[in-house]
Amino acid sequence: MTTPTTVDKPPVESSVDDMLGVLESAAGEAPTERLETRPAAETSGEAAVKQLVIVNWSGEFDRVLPTLIMSSAAAASGYRTKVFLTFWGLLPFVKDSRRITGENWMQKMLSFMQRPGISHLKMSKMNFLGMGPWMIGKLSKRYNVASPNELLEACQALGVDFLPCQMTMEMFGLKPEDMIDGLSEPVGAATVLELMTQPNTGSLFI
Amino acid sequence: MTPEAATAGGETVQLDARGLNCPMPIVRTAQTIKTLAPGQLLEVLATDPGSVADFAAWSRSTGNEIVTSGVQDGVYRFVLRRK
Repeated sequence: MTTPTTVDKPPVESSVDDMLGVLESAAGEAPTERLETRPAAETSGEAAVKQLVIVNWSGEFDRVLPTLIMSSAAAASGYRTKVFLTFWGLLPFVKDSRRITGENWMQKMLSFMQRPGISHLKMSKMNFLGMGPWMIGKLSKRYNVASPNELLEACQALGVDFLPCQMTMEMFGLKPEDMIDGLSEPVGAATVLELMTQPNTGSLFI
Repeated sequence: MTPEAATAGGETVQLDARGLNCPMPIVRTAQTIKTLAPGQLLEVLATDPGSVADFAAWSRSTGNEIVTSGVQDGVYRFVLRRK
């Protein structure tokens, strides 16, 4: 009876070790051999190129803004910059002119409740029926903080690569023609993981 | 005998980033410096106090040299040489 479990055990243990190793190295402690011996990624020829990979999960003003600030600053500083647009984080990249999106009533209702488009971002806190965004908008203008629209334009001009999440596109019933111009082809988690684990790469989940 | 005077080829291009806030001074700088020839100078004026640290970091990241920098009456001035 115990034979199957003892046979199964070593792989389980080693996979836990692997996970711990990844966690340790992610925390910047004691780089493991695994990282050093990792096969060269596609950037091997230009190992010095620094990369920033951001998972943009949120569609709220106070998170999308830092995503756009970090990615425009990175691209301006010569980093190869990729932003994965997933879940709520995909909605700001729908065209402003699209009001109701999706095919079924649930998708349509979602877009009704959470208006898509970069000009229609709400706050994660202190929204107060639009009062929060209105005040932040006033303050941003007074202190010359760039708007999400300006920053998005800068990102695109500097070559930031925006990668929509394929699964989110389908779940929200979004079609390529609903999205702003200049986005890359939709991809999945494995692609993002590969990007995140390349050398000289910083990654953020916002 | 300012360092600028020692540059060969191309006039110094001006970029007025006064009033702009993070990250726009370096965004505009990156966009403008692309239009210059290698070795050509770009003079940037900025009022964002964060630009002191940011231009230093930007210079290290991109390899474009800061030739001179200074501040006068709250206006920061950076002279950059395109790599």
